[in-house]
Amino acid sequence: MNLTLKVWRQKNKNDKGGFATYQVDGISHEMSFLEMFDVLNERLIQKNEEPIAFDHDCREGICGMCSMFINGRAHGPWTRTTVCQLHMRAFKDGETIVIEPWRAKGFPVLKDLMVDRSAFDRIIAAGGFVSVNTGNAQDANCLPIPKPDADESFSAAACIGCGACVASCKNSSAMLFVSAKVSQLALLPQGQVERKQRALDMVAQMDAEGFGNCTNTGSCEAECPKGISLTHIARLNREYLLANVLE
Amino acid sequence: MTIEQFITSSLGRKTVMAATGLFLCVFLVEHLYGNLLLFFSDGGAAFVAYSHDAVHSIIIRSIEVFLFVAILLHVVQATYLTRQNSVARPVKYAVYKVNETSSWFSRNMGITGSLIFFFIVVHLWHFFVPYRITGTVGGESSTNVAQAVKEAFQNGWYVSLYVVAVVVLSFHLNHGFQSAFRSLGLNSKKYTQLLSLFGSFFAFIIVGVGFASFPILFYFGIAGSTI
Repeated sequence: MNLTLKVWRQKNKNDKGGFATYQVDGISHEMSFLEMFDVLNERLIQKNEEPIAFDHDCREGICGMCSMFINGRAHGPWTRTTVCQLHMRAFKDGETIVIEPWRAKGFPVLKDLMVDRSAFDRIIAAGGFVSVNTGNAQDANCLPIPKPDADESFSAAACIGCGACVASCKNSSAMLFVSAKVSQLALLPQGQVERKQRALDMVAQMDAEGFGNCTNTGSCEAECPKGISLTHIARLNREYLLANVLE
Repeated sequence: MTIEQFITSSLGRKTVMAATGLFLCVFLVEHLYGNLLLFFSDGGAAFVAYSHDAVHSIIIRSIEVFLFVAILLHVVQATYLTRQNSVARPVKYAVYKVNETSSWFSRNMGITGSLIFFFIVVHLWHFFVPYRITGTVGGESSTNVAQAVKEAFQNGWYVSLYVVAVVVLSFHLNHGFQSAFRSLGLNSKKYTQLLSLFGSFFAFIIVGVGFASFPILFYFGIAGSTI
């Protein structure tokens, strides 16, 4: 496959940045999108040019590092896919592909396609934990949890914190992420002690990070590589409202 | 957490949007009930009596205050939220295909809301002000309120404006109704689809067909022949 790539290049946080165009020839349709970038970077290095900085870690679809907005969609054209799991067969020979980093006030660009997602870490640090000393693992049946609750909690816990929800949302809202992190603990007995304070603190931190507000358009759910449901956003609203009424 | 902190938080603002929005939906139903009285072939007597009672009822007048407060809060919070949203992405995408995953109307509630607000001002100026403030309609020697409605709907421009406004309102409510329930946390997997369906029914059939029927039927002389 021969492709034309329009890639966002930005030296550092303060640089204005801009698009650079690259012709990439001889790409196999079996490569992943990141492997295609590896090939391009090898060629750039051979030509003594600066390789394109992009984030990646596990390359098996669970680390959530690959903050690439490809042809106007978070993680490219396939649904429920991270960039490492996006394969070149998703594109046509001769196609022009536009690749940008996540765009959000809460996710400043560090370099090229790398963004700083530490805002998510600070939201987690504000309350996305259970601060009880649990000691050794309990016997499995000591804490009975209804199967539907366990499943719902697990569906929230599938969130990998990649930020595709923020990147896709027209308001750069982090609601899907925060709602998943609040939900996974609100549904389990271990999360009950700090349940109210958690919702209040995590939302306060989310607001402080400069993310936008949810307008329920649903584009976050559609773009989420893990299929996190809008139901969690409703739960976060409920948790926050109840915490405010009861605190 | 204080009330002030709550209503200035992102979720608090959304709660206010949802609560005021649903309150305004309840008002629409009440308004529609009043309008439907125009379809009685009694020369508009039922509608005139209803309008008269509404003016002289302490309860209705008190709720009216809440109504104006709700509109104000809805507009003020929407303005804040929209402004925050517009600065949350300082550098825009060169290519952004979010239209593939969400509807135009869900993304442009600010535009439809502004159009509705403009219509409300025109609507109040045209019916509320002369009836309730200047007394040029409904007074002792002037035309009665049913005649005023009939006269207004003889004007093609007015009729067009009303119909367009009702269509815009329908789309605004189609997203807003079910969205309000999610913002209030009143949402569960079991009822989400049902609520969404009812929201569309409410928006397009009850409000859309309901309110658009008056200007259209009056303009074409199908209704109001006895007024």
